[in-house]
Amino acid sequence: MKKITIDPVTRIEGHAKITIDLDDSGKVTNARMHVTQLRGFEKFCVGRPFTEMPSLTARTCGICPVSHLISASKACDMILAVKPPHTGRQLRRVINLAQIMQSHALNFFHLSSPDLLLGFDAPKEDRNIFNLIKTHPDIARNGIGLRAFGQKIIEQLGGKRIHPGWIVPGGVSHKLEPEIKDWILKGIPEQIKVTRDILDWFKKEIKNFNEEIRTFANYPTLFLGLVNDNGELEHYDGKVRVMDHIGKIVADKLDPREYQSYIGEAVEEDSYLKSPFYKPFGYPNGVYRVGPLARLNIADRCGTPIADEEHAEFKSLERGPILSSFFYHYARLIEIIYCLEKIEMILKTDDILDPHIRSFAEPNRLEGIGMSEAPRGTLMHHYRIDENGLITFANLIIASGNNNLAMNHGVYQVAKHFIDGNNITDGALNRVEAVIRAFDPCLSCSTHAIGKMPLMLELRDSNKKIVDIKTRGI
Amino acid sequence: MIEKPRIRVKTFKIDGIDVTGRADQTVLDVAIENGIDIPRLCYMEGLKSIGACRLCLVEIEGQRGLISACTARISEGMSVLTKTDRLLKYRRQILELLFSERNHQCAVCVSNGHCELQNMAISVGLTHVDIAYLNPKLNIDASHRRFLNDPNRCILCNRCVRVCDEIEGAHTWDLLGRGVDTRVVTDLDEHWGISESCTGCGKCVHVCPTGALSEKGVSVAEMAKRRNFLPYLKSNRGIS
Ligand code: SF4
Ligand code: SF4
Ligand code: FES
Repeated sequence: MKKITIDPVTRIEGHAKITIDLDDSGKVTNARMHVTQLRGFEKFCVGRPFTEMPSLTARTCGICPVSHLISASKACDMILAVKPPHTGRQLRRVINLAQIMQSHALNFFHLSSPDLLLGFDAPKEDRNIFNLIKTHPDIARNGIGLRAFGQKIIEQLGGKRIHPGWIVPGGVSHKLEPEIKDWILKGIPEQIKVTRDILDWFKKEIKNFNEEIRTFANYPTLFLGLVNDNGELEHYDGKVRVMDHIGKIVADKLDPREYQSYIGEAVEEDSYLKSPFYKPFGYPNGVYRVGPLARLNIADRCGTPIADEEHAEFKSLERGPILSSFFYHYARLIEIIYCLEKIEMILKTDDILDPHIRSFAEPNRLEGIGMSEAPRGTLMHHYRIDENGLITFANLIIASGNNNLAMNHGVYQVAKHFIDGNNITDGALNRVEAVIRAFDPCLSCSTHAIGKMPLMLELRDSNKKIVDIKTRGI
Repeated sequence: MIEKPRIRVKTFKIDGIDVTGRADQTVLDVAIENGIDIPRLCYMEGLKSIGACRLCLVEIEGQRGLISACTARISEGMSVLTKTDRLLKYRRQILELLFSERNHQCAVCVSNGHCELQNMAISVGLTHVDIAYLNPKLNIDASHRRFLNDPNRCILCNRCVRVCDEIEGAHTWDLLGRGVDTRVVTDLDEHWGISESCTGCGKCVHVCPTGALSEKGVSVAEMAKRRNFLPYLKSNRGIS
């Protein structure tokens, strides 16, 4: 038996390694992705003041810090036993939506679109945003502009683009200035148009990706995420809904604060990332997916006009929920439209400039749980403190962790379909990479935006002796 | 008839500039009056100077040793140098030692952006620390209802000890231990929250140059210190 290991080696913490087992004839028999991430982080927080958690946890991630700030601050709100003032909550919503939008734009345009536009079999040197600027200048430019718009919103609201300290326990620290509001509102229509154009293109292209659609983690799982009281898309508050693979809602209106009663966490061999599952179904049957695809699957509607139309069309792809993870891309584009529309809706409300944006209190509870939807899916922070306010326990369920099991399955499916142990082509490796990218996992490797993940491929025979090593981009 | 005490004035040079000061002033006092910046951390207007941080070291022409400007009395005709290569090198080293002795994570610190240590590092262009970090394991004292003591950010400047003793008159704070193991402690190394001497006035929190002493409940970068009370209290008590 041969063993192939794909190891995206990265310079910063958190990296994934893929092992593919081959039988003697070169057929794939198994594939796994091992993730080393968030190791020891929760321990590291113990003894720190709980008020530090938003900024501490935001530092764990350079990709979606705003999402951590949101979930962490919500957990702190619960410790303080306060509900931030209405405007404070709305402003948190806006920055969260801006974050989702810019993150989706990054994934779609910078990371994934070179695969989609130039083809999975295009030479790896060509599959990057720089080449895209040459071959598809409009799309590349629009994508860069869209992401920049989201980042600018975050920067305008939060002060600093990467790690804004604006979201604080109890609300936000500064009120919205009218000029910023006007600036955001002015930019929205153009970005909606740009996103609709690319969405139209994507819908036309779908038929060319049948093989990928069939193999990119296309299999039955549960889907989990937040929806609001009307069953609409919700990224900031809301209750948990779980849907099965035929579209039956198996649980609804679950309280995020009771997550432990319905989410279990399995620790798998070879991986530092916990694999959460839906408890009533046990492990591994309770495997669920989160993120854009899951959110659009579970929601009845988006709750904004254009996104609602697109959502209806998206849902018509299949009779039940959309099962292929290839459609994460599709879902991401619809969510970008939703985010833009929703930001516009919120900013047009009367009280958005209200200066009452933050509630103050001392700790009134010794435990806090905060859940929100991050770009990659449901993000949960859970803290306990001592009577002085120092952290005694912290547990984080991060979006990429939620998708861990499904991602594994996707890697297996793709490997099985595209990899031939006797002749490993770049196109095959590209697809392994691309299936991981479809989930947009929050691993440092997903940020290597220049077209290719650094990969290390190890071929091992049945005695586990390395017979060949292939590397690229390291 | 009571004779008025004569104010004795001395004239000398700082970095080649002619300056004058009262005989009871320090080199640092006169430098500040004349707008000459000498880096400093433990010094605080209104508190007795103790020369703890050594950042204000200056050279006196003709003398081999360095002296701390915050404690050195002026003398007639002396020539003080504040920006020699040797001094710049030592200042950097002192700052590097301060950073390496404790755990300074500015990005998540309540004092980020308002911190005197951080500002000092920026002003001398300290972008990284070459000295190995000690990474000590130090527990936060969060027992006080309103305040936090995070020794990870303490630079042992002694301001808290002095303000509590000299201005508030409570003398809650003291130093315990020697060398790098020194810590500021409340009462007899008991939890701050059960201190019987602490009046809860908060002066120590506001003189603390870093994020070591802070108010509970503030978020990252929100702990700006308010110090306007010091000169006011000082003059009320007739301290020069
Ligand atoms: S006390 Fe100052 S130098 Fe230390 S971590 Fe805080 S901001 Fe940085
Ligand atoms: S706690 Fe603050 S004021 Fe006291 S010695 Fe340490 S750094 Fe100075
Ligand atoms: S300021 Fe003079 S020694 Fe600290």
